[in-house]
Amino acid sequence: MSHQYYLSHLKELEAEAIFVIREVVAQFEKPALLFSGGKDSIVLAYLSRKAFAPARIPFPLVHIDTGHNFPETMEYRDWLVNELGVKLIVGSVQESIDKGRAKEETGYNASRNSLQTVTLLDTIEQYKFDAAMGGARRDEEKARAKERFFSHRDEFGQWDPKNQRPELWNVFNGRKHIGEHFRVFPISNWTEMDVWQYIHLENIPIPKLYYSHEREVIMRDGAILSTSPWLKLKPDEIPAKKIVRFRTCGDMPITGAVESDANTIEKIIAEVAASRKTERGTRADDKRSETAMEDRKKSGYF
Amino acid sequence: MNSYINNQLLRFTTAGSVDDGKSTLIGRLLFDSKSIFEDQLEAVEASSAKKGFDYVDLSLLTDGLKSEREQGITIDVAYRYFATPKRKFIIADTPGHIQYTRNMVTGASTANLALILIDARKGLVEQTYRHSFIASLLKIPHIIVCINKMDLVDYKEDVFERIMEEYKAFSSKLEVSDIQFVPISALAGDNVVNRSENMLWYQGATLLHMLETVHIESDHNHIDSRFPVQYVIRPQSKEYHDFRGYAGRVAGGIFRPGDDVVVLPSGFQSKVKDIHFGNEKLEEAFAPMSVTITLEDEIDISRGDIIAKPNNHPQSEQDVDVMLCWMNQRPINLNSKFYVRHTSKEVKGVLKEIQYKLDINTLHRVENVEQLTMNEIARVKIRTAQPLLFDSYRKNRITGSLILVDEGTNETVAAGMIV
Repeated sequence: MSHQYYLSHLKELEAEAIFVIREVVAQFEKPALLFSGGKDSIVLAYLSRKAFAPARIPFPLVHIDTGHNFPETMEYRDWLVNELGVKLIVGSVQESIDKGRAKEETGYNASRNSLQTVTLLDTIEQYKFDAAMGGARRDEEKARAKERFFSHRDEFGQWDPKNQRPELWNVFNGRKHIGEHFRVFPISNWTEMDVWQYIHLENIPIPKLYYSHEREVIMRDGAILSTSPWLKLKPDEIPAKKIVRFRTCGDMPITGAVESDANTIEKIIAEVAASRKTERGTRADDKRSETAMEDRKKSGYF
Repeated sequence: MNSYINNQLLRFTTAGSVDDGKSTLIGRLLFDSKSIFEDQLEAVEASSAKKGFDYVDLSLLTDGLKSEREQGITIDVAYRYFATPKRKFIIADTPGHIQYTRNMVTGASTANLALILIDARKGLVEQTYRHSFIASLLKIPHIIVCINKMDLVDYKEDVFERIMEEYKAFSSKLEVSDIQFVPISALAGDNVVNRSENMLWYQGATLLHMLETVHIESDHNHIDSRFPVQYVIRPQSKEYHDFRGYAGRVAGGIFRPGDDVVVLPSGFQSKVKDIHFGNEKLEEAFAPMSVTITLEDEIDISRGDIIAKPNNHPQSEQDVDVMLCWMNQRPINLNSKFYVRHTSKEVKGVLKEIQYKLDINTLHRVENVEQLTMNEIARVKIRTAQPLLFDSYRKNRITGSLILVDEGTNETVAAGMIV
């Protein structure tokens, strides 16, 4: 090791995230990692492995399964759980619908995105998780720019953005009353570019969806959507094959693709660097209103 | 791409008063460094149009919450990110008006650098003193004073010189060693990212160049070795049956395998066996690295203990002198109790004495005080149930800082810097 006593920004962000993950395990009784199959929660899982090596990750991965996942996401999830030797808990949106806890949306742009909140809160309650870690980043969306690392949720799982605890230095306050829980965001300070650079630096495997591939798609409202059993086609929408990749990994019917021939991490990084649109620009769920994310977060979304 | 991987991280805070162009400056930095995306800009343009503005209000980029957008004010610290080929930057953008002290102290707590904005037409105002004092109190090592709106004073050198001299006279009372000055126009872009054609008399660097080159390598303490233990790692596996690793983040100094160490408060001595990081073993660890340390001897160590060097201990006291910033709506009175959170330790504490309160606009001391209200700063004495292992905040911002947590509501109610 060279004798310069400072860290590169990626190593500093890594050290910060590992510190936060360890605080969660030290301060809470029953933490969990919310795993979506997307690159951010994948990085979080790998950081967790580093944080506790040579021991195993001391908390389960929780997947809120909308039933509308890309098959590639599910394949990757099962591989990763095996690779990390970690426990997987699945909360099923379909079950929430069957039990009458959530109501399926209808119409062409129907999505199970907002239904996840019910399943997520039910799963947290069922397993009595007192801290749920997620891969959300402050650069993603304007409501997230004001999120804390340790984000307090009341007994109804709600976020109160105007009454957040001040967060100073790296002293995190996870004290809570019974029934309340915390959402914790260890990679709050990372940008999309940092995540990709880290995946590159650490050789972290990611789902095939992120790489350029041929796929049957339609165009709707400027977005490229993959055909799937859950996408109801309008009469004038004719599927065609395109070379695409995905910048985020959400629910299949609402996650837009980009036309791309980036088939390596280096090419993806070059593409992200040149991109003039945010990654969430391809997400239909954020386009519902100016404060769509804040509204969902207040009610208990990720 | 390699240069990106070797980039350093600079965290800075921006504090400004209403209308001094802070949002415009941030917008300018983000925009000129190509960190604003088309869809973000389109959203801001649409919102500006909806509000009936005939210009694009870049402050809408930073006002994230619904209530802020409705009221047109920022009420909470917002974090912004941008990068250049030299550095990555995290901006803690703090509002200048509402709950200013609480927000500024929060933003300043993790910053390497503070940007102070001064309106060239107005010169030093009350908020300039306040912001600078908080930067000094929180021991932000570097300050850049941006004298903004130079376009509105015809880019005159004497205006810049006069404000700079006035600020230097005032700042001699502060504890900040590195202060730089730059004349800018955030609106017109002069000396922010690009050199100004309008101020050829100015020989110094642009703001961005200062941000990219300010020397931050010495901002961490690399002398006094401190390792607060966060968590004990004991793999329940055959292969690592006897493994006891102490997980934590180095708060100061340098640790190497073979170093003699002392574990506090027990006082037991041992040697560092290995420094683990993931599946690697490191030759050394320094702040702010997160690592796992194993020792040669089996010692009972738990969260809240500190590993240090035998000839260099942190202080160990139950009575602690603190500069306290009170952050809660409910005031605090003498003899109030609370939890003290300090590094990885939590103990009960009580407010024993308020020595004086500071008027943060004038720095005058107010004595005979029995109560602190929201946003007040005071020098106090705290007594803790067990001794704290600490350094002065001046010596180490990690082992010298603490927060107070309300016993009933669990809210974070105060920030403290140990004197």
